[in-house]
Amino acid sequence: MEQDLSKVTPLVYESRIGVPYNWWAGQTASHFFETIAHDRKLAATKCGQCGKVFVPPRKTCPECFVDATEWINLSGTGTVVTFTVVSRKLAALGSRNPPVIFALIKPDGADTAMLHILGNIAPEKVHTGLAVKPVFVENPKGHITDISHFEPV
Amino acid sequence: MAKKRVAVVGTGQTMHKSHRPDVNGQELINEAVKTALADAGLTINDIDAIVIGNMDHFEGINYVDCWSVDGSGGWMRPIIKLTTGGTTGSTLAIGGYHMVASGMFEKVLVIGWEKNSESDTTGAITTAFDPIWDRLVFAGAIAGLAAEGMAYMTEFGITDKDAARVSVRDRKHACNNPHAQLRKEVTLEEVLASPMLSDPIHLLDVCPRTDGACAVIMASEDVAQKICPTPAWIWGTANRHTYTYVGDLNLGEIDSMKYAAAELWRKTGITEPRKQIDVIELYQPYSFAGIIWIEAMGIIPRGKGAEYIWSGATDMGGELPINPSGGVIACNPIGATGLIRCAEACTQIMGKGGARQVPGVKMAVSTGFGGCFWTDILLYGKEKPNF
Amino acid sequence: MENIAIIGIGMIPIKANYKTHNFADMAWETVNAALKDAGITIKDVENVITTSNDFWDGRTISCMAVGDASGVREKNCSCVEGDGTFGAFYGMARILSGSYGTTLVTGHTKGSESISSLITNAAFDPIYERALGPDMISGCAMQARAYMERHGISSRQTALVSVKNHGNAKHNPYAQLPLDISVDDVLNSEMIADPLRKLDCSPVSDGCCAIILANEEKAKKLCQKPVWVKGAAFTSDAYFLGDRDLADPRSLAAAAKKAYAMAGITDPARQVDIAEVYDAFSYQELMWLEGLGICEPGKAAHQLEKGRFNVGGGLPVNASGGLLSGHPVIAAGLYRIAECVRQLRGEAGAVQKDGAKIAVAQGLNGVAGQSHCVWVLGADK
Repeated sequence: MEQDLSKVTPLVYESRIGVPYNWWAGQTASHFFETIAHDRKLAATKCGQCGKVFVPPRKTCPECFVDATEWINLSGTGTVVTFTVVSRKLAALGSRNPPVIFALIKPDGADTAMLHILGNIAPEKVHTGLAVKPVFVENPKGHITDISHFEPV
Repeated sequence: MAKKRVAVVGTGQTMHKSHRPDVNGQELINEAVKTALADAGLTINDIDAIVIGNMDHFEGINYVDCWSVDGSGGWMRPIIKLTTGGTTGSTLAIGGYHMVASGMFEKVLVIGWEKNSESDTTGAITTAFDPIWDRLVFAGAIAGLAAEGMAYMTEFGITDKDAARVSVRDRKHACNNPHAQLRKEVTLEEVLASPMLSDPIHLLDVCPRTDGACAVIMASEDVAQKICPTPAWIWGTANRHTYTYVGDLNLGEIDSMKYAAAELWRKTGITEPRKQIDVIELYQPYSFAGIIWIEAMGIIPRGKGAEYIWSGATDMGGELPINPSGGVIACNPIGATGLIRCAEACTQIMGKGGARQVPGVKMAVSTGFGGCFWTDILLYGKEKPNF
Repeated sequence: MENIAIIGIGMIPIKANYKTHNFADMAWETVNAALKDAGITIKDVENVITTSNDFWDGRTISCMAVGDASGVREKNCSCVEGDGTFGAFYGMARILSGSYGTTLVTGHTKGSESISSLITNAAFDPIYERALGPDMISGCAMQARAYMERHGISSRQTALVSVKNHGNAKHNPYAQLPLDISVDDVLNSEMIADPLRKLDCSPVSDGCCAIILANEEKAKKLCQKPVWVKGAAFTSDAYFLGDRDLADPRSLAAAAKKAYAMAGITDPARQVDIAEVYDAFSYQELMWLEGLGICEPGKAAHQLEKGRFNVGGGLPVNASGGLLSGHPVIAAGLYRIAECVRQLRGEAGAVQKDGAKIAVAQGLNGVAGQSHCVWVLGADK
């Protein structure tokens, strides 16, 4: 069925999918957010077998596959492992405007780094190895943004 | 001729619930995985590859295979995701089968999961349908099923009371199953009095919404019996995923089941399924299917389904029990459901069914269904197949 | 491993926006092209694996959109959600299992129909990460920095990948972005997420690709010029970016090791003639070549500067133009396989590597290349 489509403007049907989500954090993540709210600390889990300390905390050690039973509270002060300064307004940024600095920050005492945002620093001044500390919001809601950002120590 | 014959050597399920606020998705998956490994007497380091699936829009997580690794055991391991809507669970079982039968992986962990409580189920299912032709006029899974039920009723004169008898059976069976979400019997009157969702389907004719995970471990014939002395051998698989638009359907007679089952019987040498099959775990999301789809499967002639159900033949103690687990009407974590049917069928073969065990099971069937009238079907046997 | 062949390939040109085609149209054209290339009909296809992603398609059960157009109606079929290399792997497993003699594998995306940044943001953990607003570009930018700092690689060096690949695309009628650009053009292009500039990034694309796999018996019966699968393997790394050493492509190395072992390749740097790797970003071509064992860690940039990976060089990489010249997600890995097939058949025209015998194709899933699938293909059995 060959038709001369060059003379036709293709119909574009615009639509949005509306599927709202509510994710259960579970007990492990809940403890992490409660610790931020009550103690202004980052709660990490330690694997009883390999001794690795995980942030974000894990109920089970992903390598040993045994329950990570020990909780360790970290101050959250740590080092920037890697980072990027986003200059374009990428859609995922939502209400944040460029420049937005994403970083993987390794809290002192942890074996893993966590993703967050750097603030209170000029983008040119950021470098790998920069020492940073978390800044918590006044009224925590049980959300990753209860840490507002990390800034230089 | 299979390169390597494949057996299920262990299964695990979570205790399925309407919601599991105590765990996130990775943790839910991990529960089922740990249970299956314990059942098989294996550790995660014994696993050579992982096949995982769910229906993405129910949890809103892209690249679930990648995201799952903390819970699924995929750290530095091969992991692959399969997804085909409601048939996902059975698609996963078939996937695990091929991965082992290929000879490339000796022991494969198959995981199906869903946290339906995390989203608007109907909103998510609606996105399955073609945005130009179907989506605006045809919403959700129930409408399609109601159309099927209505078509069959029109042709054969059954009523919603006949369908309700199926609900009563499955809800009763579920009481024997510690994993099932709904473990309370219902009566015919209660089913018929429950709110009408979409004529002729009542609330108690359909499945609930569930958070749950299931894991099945499959092994090649080289090692299966060392792991599990009486494993469940997979004799064959077949499927038809034929729906594209709602008008494609042969309503009242599910073609995909008809053709998939016929192919499976032909491949495995089953000539009289009613006699040769000992138990069926049927992916039956609503009660009418319990009548219509066993006819399409070739168990009973077309139009005779209701009579067969009323005779008690498909109850525990009957000649061919269906859904000793309670089936989908008692529990439906969608991405897991088809795999739960596999796990339950294998549990029957392995003799591990406890209160829900059907005596003397030699051959079992599990099926998968998708909200678009797709069918997957698998056959399991206590004996190793010779093909 | 038993001998498996690729007996047909079908591609449609990669475009920014296929206004005239829906998913089924793309699949229909691609599948027919593959059947024609193989010289068979849909009746010779014994089962079908489609590859798609529910998020990019905006459809749950995304395989439903292409099923009929891919010939599934009376056949057994399934769907892999992930890059086409993974779909092809499962398609191959279904032949090796003894169940089917041939498998048709398809993969598609229409990046134009959604907002990629939001789609890739959905790959991040909903509890700990997603709300911060990362996406594939910012995630990979962090990896780029980690890799470049680890090995002292400059933006001028990564820019060379973009110059090479866009230039190669001029000879590829299927590529979206053939361009004559210089390193300075790349360095002057818009900074998106440091150190990734616009010309360091692949575009948003629409595309569809199909391949047909067969066992040896069917390949002999049906096909004049089969290309043989020598090895294939896949492996995933950890999920949280912070759990990984982003500069170390260890899951790729693990998958490559397995694939090479299956293929009997002991020295990939010397034995591989041609490679099609997943250059979603310029730095990734370098990282993945190292993960594939074609260079020592940190050494790919230097080899690129010496011309080894150019068309006409010792080991042309992405002679097709790669993903930098057109990136239909999901289909991407199948295009890599298909381009390798063309080379091994001697059908690559202006970018042909003379006497190419062994090719490597790679695909990946997840952010910053978490999970990789490696294919080793051979002109000879």
